Amino acid sequence: MWLSDDKLNHLRTIVGEPDFSSTKYTFVKELARGGMGTVYLAEDRELNRLVAIKVLNTPEATDDLRQRMVREAQIIARLEHPGIVPVHDVGTLPDGRVFYAMKFVRGSRLDEYAAQNASLRDRLRKFQAACDAVAFAHAHGVIHRDLKPQNIMIGSFGEVLVLDWGVAKIVNTDEHGLHFDLCSSAFICGNTGHGTVIGTPHYMSPEQARGEIDQLDERADVYSLGAVLNFLLKDQAKVSKAAEAICLKATAREKEGRYASASELSLDIGRLLDAEPVSAYRESAIEKVSRWVSKNRFLVLLVLAYLLMRIFFALTSRR
Amino acid sequence: MEDDTDIGGPLHKFPVTDHSAIVGARSDDQLVRRRAFDRILASYWKPAYKYIRYKWQADNEDAKDLTQGFFANAFEKNHFAGYDARKASFQTFLRTCLDGFVSNERKARRRLKRGGDVDHYQLDFVAAEAELAAHASETALSPEDYFHREWARWMFTMAVDAFRQSCEQSGRTVHFQLFERYDLRDDADVSYASLAEEFGLEPATVNNYLAAARREFRKIVLEKLREITATDEEFRTEARSLLGINDFTTKTQRH
Repeated sequence: MWLSDDKLNHLRTIVGEPDFSSTKYTFVKELARGGMGTVYLAEDRELNRLVAIKVLNTPEATDDLRQRMVREAQIIARLEHPGIVPVHDVGTLPDGRVFYAMKFVRGSRLDEYAAQNASLRDRLRKFQAACDAVAFAHAHGVIHRDLKPQNIMIGSFGEVLVLDWGVAKIVNTDEHGLHFDLCSSAFICGNTGHGTVIGTPHYMSPEQARGEIDQLDERADVYSLGAVLNFLLKDQAKVSKAAEAICLKATAREKEGRYASASELSLDIGRLLDAEPVSAYRESAIEKVSRWVSKNRFLVLLVLAYLLMRIFFALTSRR
Repeated sequence: MEDDTDIGGPLHKFPVTDHSAIVGARSDDQLVRRRAFDRILASYWKPAYKYIRYKWQADNEDAKDLTQGFFANAFEKNHFAGYDARKASFQTFLRTCLDGFVSNERKARRRLKRGGDVDHYQLDFVAAEAELAAHASETALSPEDYFHREWARWMFTMAVDAFRQSCEQSGRTVHFQLFERYDLRDDADVSYASLAEEFGLEPATVNNYLAAARREFRKIVLEKLREITATDEEFRTEARSLLGINDFTTKTQRH
């Protein structure tokens, strides 16, 4: 029997496709494939709506991997924030693969959004929204550990959503009701011991790259956010020194030199957007005046117009 | 690939899988080793033969001898026991060994001295040659990608045969026939409705039978893959590669 390339691809697809036959979902198409799981578009037949379903890539997954997927779903489900995609359902396919269903976000990834020539101001606004979502997760003791433009979505209404919490780490329990048993989490106690490297090379902090899992805290995410900011600024013609300083501070090699939290970073971005002094940069007197003029451009123009008029009247009255 | 999430690092562990022929190849028990070797031979002889024909431009007789010689030499010197899953996939390891063997053979011109016409194993080179003759125009791939694609094709071909046998033994011939008609033949007009009519079944039954057939086929493919991978990590990597991350009609493959 000869299997043509087309038939070979077909067989690979049907063997790799998730079998949703025992669930309320109907397979529609593949949306994206990552290192751990693949996200499919599916139809929820009961509610008659489209959902995004993440399914483990690996067939015959180990208990560790299955637990990791369930844990990821639990983390996202409990982080109820407009910047974090809501999870609707979690379950197991007939082949034992764990899946979870979440809101299907229509829109584009941050890297695609930036490629559409978004203005610097719009980029900074989106970035600040991502910082706020990450700050919310930090407040609940969750570190994302894999922040990058590909994991930030801009929805069709302009909303910003942080995705892919598959390698998140829980640093503590909190007063908001998040109580994860760290020892039941295979990810923390098992596969990701000290020395294991997790993340994305271009965006991971130096301590992550060194595999210092025990040392990771919120500042690892701050570094990644800084790298995302750098990505958003790199093709911009005019970037202020303050913006560059924010970027440099967020991506400082030593975590002690970075912002202590994503919310501090968000605050500095807010100040930058409002043309106020940022904590990462000490301005010279000239820069202060320049920023003040830039911020109060209308007022300055008004005063200039008034002065010009006074000069004009003074000159004409002499004649 | 710098933008892809990586979960690994210097202390990443590689647990040993059960039922692995690669693990069996390291056994002190000669019988276990022999059985393991036979499974490796069954899984790789055809892609190896085609690869020698493709990359090394060997004629069919030379390729037959080199294939036989490679596996005989590997068994005799227990080469496969030296495989280290931390360094590469077994598929890559075998291909590298094969390149080394062919290169050495060519340099030393020892084929006749070794007894080139002796058949060590019963391998259907006629069928392999017929496939090459029928599909000779496909030459756009790199030798590595070609080997990977032919290996995948052979894995699926063996899985289809095993599935056919399983269905025949358990009296589920309709399951296999539906699978064959819908998933194996190049027939664009076939649909669940047309199959229901042809086989005298309800469309829902066709749907259920096909879903069950695909589930079992999937299980067989993965069992075969598990046999020829050494660790869980390698198994998962090879499974991702085998099950559709890369389209075989494109030139780029990721291993």
